[in-house]
Parts: sequence; C-alpha cells; structure tokens
Amino acid sequence: MFLSRTSREKIIRRLFFVIAFVSIGTLFLIFLFLVLEGLPIFKEVSVAQFIGGHYWYPTSDPPDFGIFPLILASLAVTVLSAAISIPLGVMTAIYLAEIASRRFREIAKPVIELLASLPSVVIGFFGMVVVAPFLQETFNLGTGLNLFNAALMLAFMSVPTICSISEDAIYSVPKELKEASLALGATRLETIVKVVLPASISGISTAVILGLSRAIGETMVVLMVAGGAAMIPGSIFDPVRPLPASIAAEMAEAPFRGSHYHALFATGIVLFLFTFCFNLIADQIAHKYQQTGAATL
Amino acid sequence: MNKNIKVSTKNLDFYYGSSQALYDVSLTFPSNRVTALIGPSGCGKSTFLRCFNRMNDLIPGSRMTGEILFDGQNINQPSVDVVTLRSRIGMVFQKPNPFPKTIFENVAYGLRVNGIRDRESIQERVEESLKWAALWEEVKDRLHTSALGLSGGQQQRLCIARALAVKPEILLMDEPASALDPIATQKIEELIHELKKDLTILIVTHNMQQAGRVSDFTAFFYMGKLVESNETQKIFTRPRLKQTEDYITGRFG
Ligand SMILES: Nc1ncnc2c1ncn2[C@@H]1O[C@H](COP(=O)(O)OP(=O)(O)OP(=O)(O)O)[C@@H](O)[C@H]1O
Ligand SMILES: [Mg+2]
Repeated sequence: MFLSRTSREKIIRRLFFVIAFVSIGTLFLIFLFLVLEGLPIFKEVSVAQFIGGHYWYPTSDPPDFGIFPLILASLAVTVLSAAISIPLGVMTAIYLAEIASRRFREIAKPVIELLASLPSVVIGFFGMVVVAPFLQETFNLGTGLNLFNAALMLAFMSVPTICSISEDAIYSVPKELKEASLALGATRLETIVKVVLPASISGISTAVILGLSRAIGETMVVLMVAGGAAMIPGSIFDPVRPLPASIAAEMAEAPFRGSHYHALFATGIVLFLFTFCFNLIADQIAHKYQQTGAATL
Repeated sequence: MNKNIKVSTKNLDFYYGSSQALYDVSLTFPSNRVTALIGPSGCGKSTFLRCFNRMNDLIPGSRMTGEILFDGQNINQPSVDVVTLRSRIGMVFQKPNPFPKTIFENVAYGLRVNGIRDRESIQERVEESLKWAALWEEVKDRLHTSALGLSGGQQQRLCIARALAVKPEILLMDEPASALDPIATQKIEELIHELKKDLTILIVTHNMQQAGRVSDFTAFFYMGKLVESNETQKIFTRPRLKQTEDYITGRFG
C-alpha cells in the first residue's frame, strides 16, 4: 500500500515482463514440441521422400509417408478460393461503396459483416448438405465433396472480411478526388478504376490479407467438404485431402509416438511453414502499400 | 441567340432536398470574359458554379429547374451527355485536389479518359498545358514524381493545367486562390488574364481586390438570389443597390 512510486513502477514492470514472457514462452514451447514430435519421422523417410512422395498410406504395411498430394491439395484449395473470393469481395465492395443506393448499403453492409461471424462448421455443413449434392447432380460427378466445393466454402469465409474492409477503404476515398476525375470528363467506371481503386489499394490489400488468412490453414471446412482422398487431383472436381484435414482426421487414430504420429506432426511443420510464408508475404505487401499509401494519400 | 454569349442561365432554381439554395437566377456570361461571382458565405456561389458542369448531380436529393444555355443548347436536361459536357467545361476546385499519381499522369489523365492514346500527343499536350499554367519551369525535371510533393500553390496550378489539358471552352474556378500565399495568388491571377484569350471563365472569390483585378463582369449573390450584376468597373464604382455597395466596401451585415 505504502510503496514509493518508483518501486510500484518496478513491480508493475516486472509483472508485465512475466506475463509477456509466459505467453511468448508458451508459443515457443508449442513450436518446439511440434518440431520435436515431427522430426523422428525423418529417421524412416528422407525429407525429399516425405515432401515429394506421391503416396500417403500411413496405415498400410509397409506404410507410405508422401505428403505431396496433401501439399498440392492445400495449395490448390487456397489459390482457387482466393481466385473466387478476391474478385467477388472487391467487386461487391465497389458496388456497395460506389454504385448502390445509400439505403441498400446501410442494410447490406451489416448483413455481410454478420456473415463473417458464421462458424466454419456451419459453412462446412452447408457445403456438405447443399452445395455437394448440387455439384454432384449438375456436373454429374462421383462426389460433390471435392476441391471446388472446399475452395468455394473457404471463399465464403473470406468474402465478408474482404468485402467489408475493402468497402471501408473505397468509401473513404475523398469526394474531392472523385469530383476531380468526373469534372475532367471521366465516366463513373473510369473514375472507379483509375482513381478510386488506386487510392484505396492499401486498404484493399489489407482486406484481402485478412480475408485470406481466415481461409488459410482452415481445418473444419476442408475436413468436411474437400472429399478426403489423398491423391493428386486431376481436375478441380476431384476430391482432395489438404494438410489440416489430414492431421485432424488421423491424429486420434495414430498410435502415440508411432511413425504415423510423427508423420502427422511433420505434416504440421509443413503446414506451419505454409502459413508462415503466407504471413510473411502478406506482411510485405501490407508494408509496401502502407508506405506508398502514406506517401500518396 | 447572341454570338458573344457563351453560356447563360434562365430562371434557375436549385434545391438540396427541400431547402432551396438558388432562386430564379438569370445571368449571362460573355465569351472570352472573366465573370466574378461574389457574395457572403453560404449564398450559393459554389452551388451555382457546380450547376454548369452538372456536378450537383452527384448530390443525392438535389434538384435543378430552369435553363442553362451553353452555346444555345439547354444542358439542364436528362438527355444531355454529362461526360462530354464535363470535358467541355473544366473546373478548378477551392482546395487543390491532385490525384495521388505523378505530375505527368495528373495532366495526362483527362486526355486518356477523353480517348487520346497516342503517347507523343499526350506528351505534347502535357507540356503545353503545364506551360500554359506557368508550372512547366518548376516541374519539368520531376514530371514523374508524385504530385503530392508539390507545394499548395504548385498543386493548384497543376489542377489548372489538368483542367486545361482537355481544352475546355469554359473554366469554372471556385475560390482557386483561397488556400494560397500572395505570390502564388498573383501567378494564378496573371494566368487568368492569359487564359481568357482562349476561354470563358467563371470565378468565385471572396477577395474583392481579386474580383476587381481579374474580372470583366461581376455578379453579386445574396441568400441564393442574384442581387446585381454588371461590368466589374461599374459595380465597384457605382453599384446600383445599397446592399451591393455595403458588401463591396466591407460594411456588410
Ligand atoms: N451538399 C449539400 N447539401 C445540402 N445543403 C447544401 C449542400 N451544399 C451546400 N448546401 C447549402 O446551400 C447553401 C449554399 O451553399 P454554397 O456552398 O453554394 O455557398 P457558397 O456561396 O459557395 O459559400 P462559401 O463562400 O462559404 O463557399 C448553403 O446554405 C449551404 O448550407
Ligand atoms: Mg463555396
């Protein structure tokens, strides 16, 4: 109670240090655990065999631990979902900010933001019972649970975030800039493409990064709708088994500290590197646009 | 139709939603002359100016009735192509508003959107416009740097160059010098003198000396109504109405 101000200051500083140390230390321990549990698999297969191997039969005898199809599945699902969600999200944002009536915007914006909070299991469920049968029938497929379905569902998860944050960025472009463009005889579309979008590119890129980061490494949706086949996909309608789906589906059955168990942890390391690279690139992009954004706006 | 009249308004009324901002304004603007619009803040000068390039169309709920004759054609009609209209009537805003692009691209923008693709003619027009706006000497070595690195006065002259590049017939200027220091202001006033050889200018200003220096005609607005308009010299020496005299001499209110 009667501590001097400086000693109180000291105690508080210590306290913060301990808290920060505990949270950072825990994260580091998790990472360490991941590495230690994953590494033993490389006594059985080489790194090249593990990453480049085309066959993932962890329970056959002898087992095959090649995660190349899983890596490919993760990449394909992510890229395809980005290819769907970025144009969809940004174009919706343009519509809401620049074209739609004010009343429509006021209703649509909160609804879209609400969609961002849909739990992934609900989206997965929707993909399973609605989208899958639809795909199966329309395209006459063996199964509707496939790469395309997974990409579509992941896109659903990204679109609300991309749309909402891009919309904020586009909406906040100064009226004066738009008027300057229109006053020169530019059409509304030209104004949007040549003035509004470049002026809001830093906000849009942040939106894209945040939106995609919701989909990247996402487990539940891909577990439910990607189909689960550990094969190299031949088309976007083939079932696939992305990295997180494989880990989630098999971990419960893998014998503790057996080779399958270690292989799954090694898969986790690969997934970690995957998301780490994404975050690194995302950071670079955000940083780049932030700099030019600050210099140009 | 009088050949010397470039543009005129007839019984122009303007409403922001239910509040009326302009009442029955009828005014003519002779070709190759500078007309100053003066009046106290909020009297509707900007609103009036923005009627000519239909900039007010962007404001939801606004409405305009009456005629605006531009070369004899009424441009206050739904059928008028506002995009073409705006490339014939340039505008310079109160606050310099260059695009966050390079100096060169700022001036080239209007050319590109008006369908000029040829690189050489764009380059020529950019240089010509910058010279016209008395900015060329200051920026010729940094054309490809950001326009936002220019000073306020340079930015405003860039905005003038940008408007001139598309070769408008009328230039609308809404307090173009209000954010500038006396030297930059003087440059812009000199520029206006040069420009009227080629185009018709409407300029809003709060500065009576400026109105006296640059304009041939002056129109005094008060509370959305046109009070008096005449040759600038006459308005400043022998205004017909007491109200006008009070405003000009600063005894207003
Ligand atoms: N977007 C708008 N919505 C509603 N009312 C507006 C809008 N813009 C202007 N007004 C109103 O219309 C009237 C005229 O405004 P305007 O901007 O034309 O005045 P001004 O003469 O240009 O004034 P200033 O000298 O301060 O620029 C004012 O009463 C103003 O409040
Ligand atoms: Mg004004």
